Amino acid sequence: MSDLDTLKLKKIAVDCRIDMLKALANAQSGHSAGPLGIIEFFVAMYFKILHHDPKNPLLPDRDRFILSAGHYCPAMYVAMAHSGYFPVQEFIKTLRQFETRFQGHPHNLALPGIETTSGPLGQGISQAVGMALAAKIDKKNHRVYCLTTDGESQEGQVWEALMWAGGKNLDNLTAYIDRNFIQIDGNTEDVLPLEPLADKYRAFNWHVIEVDGHNFQQITEATDEAKAVHRPTMIILHTIPGKDVKEIENDYTWHGRPPTHDELKKFLPELEKIKKSL
Amino acid sequence: MSFKLNPKMFLNQKVLEKPEMELHRLGFGEGLLEAGKKNEAVVGLCCDLTGSTKMDLFAKEFPERFIEVGIAEQNMIGIAAGLALEGKIPFASSYAVFNPGRSWDQIRVSVCYSKTNVKIIGAHAGISVGKDGATHQGLEDIASIRALPSITILAPADYDENKKATLASAKFIGPIYLRFGREVVPKITTSQTPFAIGKAKIFVEGEDVTVVACGPLVFEAIKAAQALYPKIKVEVINSPTIKPLDCDTIVKSAKKTGAVVTAEEAQIIGGLGGAVAECLSENYPVPIHRVGIKDTFGETGGPDNLMKKYGLKSDNIITAVKEVILMKK
Repeated sequence: MSDLDTLKLKKIAVDCRIDMLKALANAQSGHSAGPLGIIEFFVAMYFKILHHDPKNPLLPDRDRFILSAGHYCPAMYVAMAHSGYFPVQEFIKTLRQFETRFQGHPHNLALPGIETTSGPLGQGISQAVGMALAAKIDKKNHRVYCLTTDGESQEGQVWEALMWAGGKNLDNLTAYIDRNFIQIDGNTEDVLPLEPLADKYRAFNWHVIEVDGHNFQQITEATDEAKAVHRPTMIILHTIPGKDVKEIENDYTWHGRPPTHDELKKFLPELEKIKKSL
Repeated sequence: MSFKLNPKMFLNQKVLEKPEMELHRLGFGEGLLEAGKKNEAVVGLCCDLTGSTKMDLFAKEFPERFIEVGIAEQNMIGIAAGLALEGKIPFASSYAVFNPGRSWDQIRVSVCYSKTNVKIIGAHAGISVGKDGATHQGLEDIASIRALPSITILAPADYDENKKATLASAKFIGPIYLRFGREVVPKITTSQTPFAIGKAKIFVEGEDVTVVACGPLVFEAIKAAQALYPKIKVEVINSPTIKPLDCDTIVKSAKKTGAVVTAEEAQIIGGLGGAVAECLSENYPVPIHRVGIKDTFGETGGPDNLMKKYGLKSDNIITAVKEVILMKK
């Protein structure tokens, strides 16, 4: 990836953070920390990795992207909006509002380009397995990508799906886990330890790559590496929850709350400053 | 005039004297095989119960379209939903106690709310599964699935109707829950008997009381009607679709008879009994008695002993008919 590419993506990422915080503050509801930390991943997906067409969301040979952790949807919505699926202003003004297309957790029938409904944790990864399997049955070459989170991995269904995909060498599936160590009740290792996480995936016959989840180059390179492996791949994204808003960074109490309007006024200049520095 | 079955239904006359028996679940196995031959989008998923759910017939013929999921019902429903989103018609099968028993949330979100074209198969439903005991007797499946929007529930009466229900499910666009039992049951219907999703059919015409039944209890209802004839003329309605219930047919019959008994091999709370009671109390209130599992778990035993002990035989329907008639104004 060229420096120019990276710069372009970094600029989009800041804009996404700004617009997402505005939407969350407008909604006065929703999750802040995880979505702020996963912005680079979604920007990489919708602006670099996915073969897709925002003007033709049902493009038959598109890559499928499945968000398993539905509460991360503000980050997905904002990246999709910036890539052209729907108007950014509609997202900012109507996220989580009455009769919006931008439901609190994503719904496949509410918006174009949303492959699956998610919210109850663990369901997306099984659906991703099903979609990857369908591609195998139909001998199609598109890939299936799925984002899970670390807290989500306490759900048994996640491991049922991983066991099946690993056991059957489902190599057209690449999953990502946002390893930010926070969940509603605290640090994941205090609530219910997940480590050694990479070893767990390896034991389930997954190829594992660990990357800095804020580094576009590492995310795209790992994704390319996965294409050449004859097993499913899990890319562990090491991220900072609340990334680029110092007050939110690494604070689990921000898992499930939006900024107030006053907090938004404080946070936006911080992000504008980053934008100018690029 | 002697007791007779509704001639328009082309039912098996032998059911009145010496019924022919056939495995209830075989209808599903053969139906799926036929559906698979007709449409290559049909795929089968199973959780380590391929032989006992009779999905083995399909699996042998179409190994590339059969998915052994292993013992993981939640994952099965998720995989099925993913396949459906890609245009497949997945039949996801296990025992009713596990599916929907263990996969309800996945059915709610990945199937019903998402409107994915998944067919959920609950085999070994009812108390007649017998010796495996209460843990394996699926009795709450109808009630738990009835509460979910946008799903259709089918409980066919016998082998032939199960086959038709399976074939109709493959053609139907939308989520379906299909439940049936393990055991042999009398062959009431024939290949000519009409079947349509959403329709109840009058198997015996009568004027004194209506019995609405589904699954293996349809036979018990016919037996009860035969025993009571001509003193009490019972109208027997087979209602293989529990949701959406064919309320029009049931209300029409209730207007004629003025009293209704329901009969099912499932919990009456939220089951067919619950559905019929809701339909009638909102549209045409008449006295109702419900034959079925009455808010209790089962136990280990032979199917016949259990059906007797838990009040699911024709004798129980006869008692209910007599009692409900006394309640008529």
